[in-house]
Amino acid sequence: MTTDNARRVISVIVVNEASVLSRITDLFSGRGYNITSLTVAPIPDTKYSRLTIATLGSVKIMEQITKQLHKLIPVLRVYEHEDMVEKEMALVKFDITENLSDINTICEAYNGKIVNAGESTVIVMVADEPKRIDNFLNSMKRYNPKEIVRSGAVALER
Amino acid sequence: MQISGAQMVIEALIAEGVDTVFGYPGGAIMNVYDEIYKQDGFQHILTRHEQAAVHAAEGYSKASGKVGVAMITSGPGFTNAVTGLADAYMDSIPLVVISGQVPMSLIGTDAFQEIDAVGISRSCTKHNYLVTDAKDLPRVLKEAFYIAASGRPGPVHVDIPKDVTAQIEEFNYDIELDLETYKPNVKGNPRQIKKAMEAIAEAKRPLFYLGGGIINSNAAYEVRDLIHKTQIPAVETFMARGTLSHDDKYLIGMLGMHGSYASNMAMSETDLIIALGARFDDRVTGKLSEFAKNAGVIHVDIDPASISKLVNADYPIVGDVKNVVNEMLAQADSIDGSRYESWRETIENFNALHPLTFHEDSERIKPQWVIQRVGEILGDDANISTDVGQHQMWSAQFYPFTRPRQFISSGGLGTMGFGFPAAMGVKSASPEKVSVNFTGDGSILMNVQELMTAVEKKLPVINIILNNNFLGMVRQWQTLFYDKRHSETDLSMQPDFVKLAEAFGGVGYRVTTKEEFDAALKDAVEKNVVAFIDVVVERFENVLPMVPAGGSLFNMMLLEKKEDK
Repeated sequence: MTTDNARRVISVIVVNEASVLSRITDLFSGRGYNITSLTVAPIPDTKYSRLTIATLGSVKIMEQITKQLHKLIPVLRVYEHEDMVEKEMALVKFDITENLSDINTICEAYNGKIVNAGESTVIVMVADEPKRIDNFLNSMKRYNPKEIVRSGAVALER
Repeated sequence: MQISGAQMVIEALIAEGVDTVFGYPGGAIMNVYDEIYKQDGFQHILTRHEQAAVHAAEGYSKASGKVGVAMITSGPGFTNAVTGLADAYMDSIPLVVISGQVPMSLIGTDAFQEIDAVGISRSCTKHNYLVTDAKDLPRVLKEAFYIAASGRPGPVHVDIPKDVTAQIEEFNYDIELDLETYKPNVKGNPRQIKKAMEAIAEAKRPLFYLGGGIINSNAAYEVRDLIHKTQIPAVETFMARGTLSHDDKYLIGMLGMHGSYASNMAMSETDLIIALGARFDDRVTGKLSEFAKNAGVIHVDIDPASISKLVNADYPIVGDVKNVVNEMLAQADSIDGSRYESWRETIENFNALHPLTFHEDSERIKPQWVIQRVGEILGDDANISTDVGQHQMWSAQFYPFTRPRQFISSGGLGTMGFGFPAAMGVKSASPEKVSVNFTGDGSILMNVQELMTAVEKKLPVINIILNNNFLGMVRQWQTLFYDKRHSETDLSMQPDFVKLAEAFGGVGYRVTTKEEFDAALKDAVEKNVVAFIDVVVERFENVLPMVPAGGSLFNMMLLEKKEDK
């Protein structure tokens, strides 16, 4: 965690209110910080939402990001993950003529499966660590994916 | 009681103890202005530009220590006010700025005079609100005043659509605030404070580095006690001028880009910085890697994000300066001030080597002389505001400040046009003092329309224009760093400032000699009028000493000795 410009993941707990998301993203853009990915959803049965932000920065930059985020009035908590379970999801669309049994086998290795089959295309879903999602997408190249969409990361401290 | 949203605004301001509101009406805020017409709980000062309304509220706040209030309309009214908001944000000035917005049904339709005000103000306010239901107004206004004044102070913007100001709802301002996500840490960790005091007791060359946070937390007199008790010398930032009286024997002077030689050398030689409410601004530190290389750092600040942002703090203390300094005072007996005697002597030697001064000229008035002269004549009787430029730095260097809140200037944002409206705010907050605004021939034209406000509202600000027919500070940089290419800084073409003042009903003086200056100032003070004193000063005078931007503090451009000239 001491490497400069390492990838880091932070969770931000905020009050669910209008424009809170733009307060957070404005802070990043206004101060020149980087957002690699961002996911946000309400925390069930509370008035809060959780944001998971993947970013790049040195220890010093991370300290500033954390402190500056915490200065925002609707922010309840900010913490950087050290020992976490982190997952990301990807959906990939293939032509139905590709080798679907191969694709399905590889998907299973990445916590995934075929989730939709249409007349001419199938869609697979995988959910795994971001690095493994990279690997999965690389291995899918040979099956000529028509469309790829991936989510941002979500993380929970162990 | 059931009242309209507009009435709620009035009731809330009165409940908050607001006595002066600066503003400018328009379509979207008219419901509120209609209620202003009917009330007598506070006075409203109609400025002639929204930017000036916010600067006036800033001046009011800085002079009084209270939350300043400005009121404006939607669209261009709001966008005009943005510079004021940004200025207050950079200098941590507590303000509540209320803007009208187009009705809810028109938001997002590009309606006449519509702008995404909260979107724009987000990055230059401490917090902001778009109120979509009058039921929320009492809570929002109460929160706005609390957030503006607590923790690290700052401007809060409340945007209210026109239909919300017309909506009738139950009003109850007797609400308990429930801001569980906003709890500024004001106390200061006792263990850290104890460690810091131990470090001070061990240091050989400690130095107090006093910042504007001291003024904001009304801690100047406690800081004076601490300094006198410990006998440790102190440097002030631009924003902290007046924390110590100019004649305090422990005050070395201002530090930074235009700080004194002794201050910057002391900062370079110290082995322990005791930073109180200061944020290590780039104008103070110069080149960071060369800044106070051998010093440990105690950093007291209410804003955790300011600590270790630029310079690593060995003893970080998050808390209100006043609380922390009181705690330090209680433990100060352990410090033997006589230990620092040789350190104080070293600093005196620095000062003797290159004192803060200027060369007099028998023919032309030197701008520094004007500031010193006002100090001799008015001294403590005046509150000083400034615009931005050379005159601003000379004011900070040469005016003999005696108390906190005496010096009001735009530090962080450096806003030309700040001085005159701010001085009106200062005058309305502190009518017993003479309100003097040092300005330049460039700056004054940026909010010159406020002559009308000042004359109408009988706010006798004395504007002293240090007129060098230049955008002086830019010209200075062009002279020093751009091989004298004075690109677009020559202001030879100027209005007749005397006639200009007279056209608005004020009084103007054109001054070319020292005698004329004394007479003009005396006359303006006696007549108690809005005045322009247009002083013809040496054109090519530079602000010295100077640390070139990005240079090291100890490597200063100094005033040439007279014999060297």
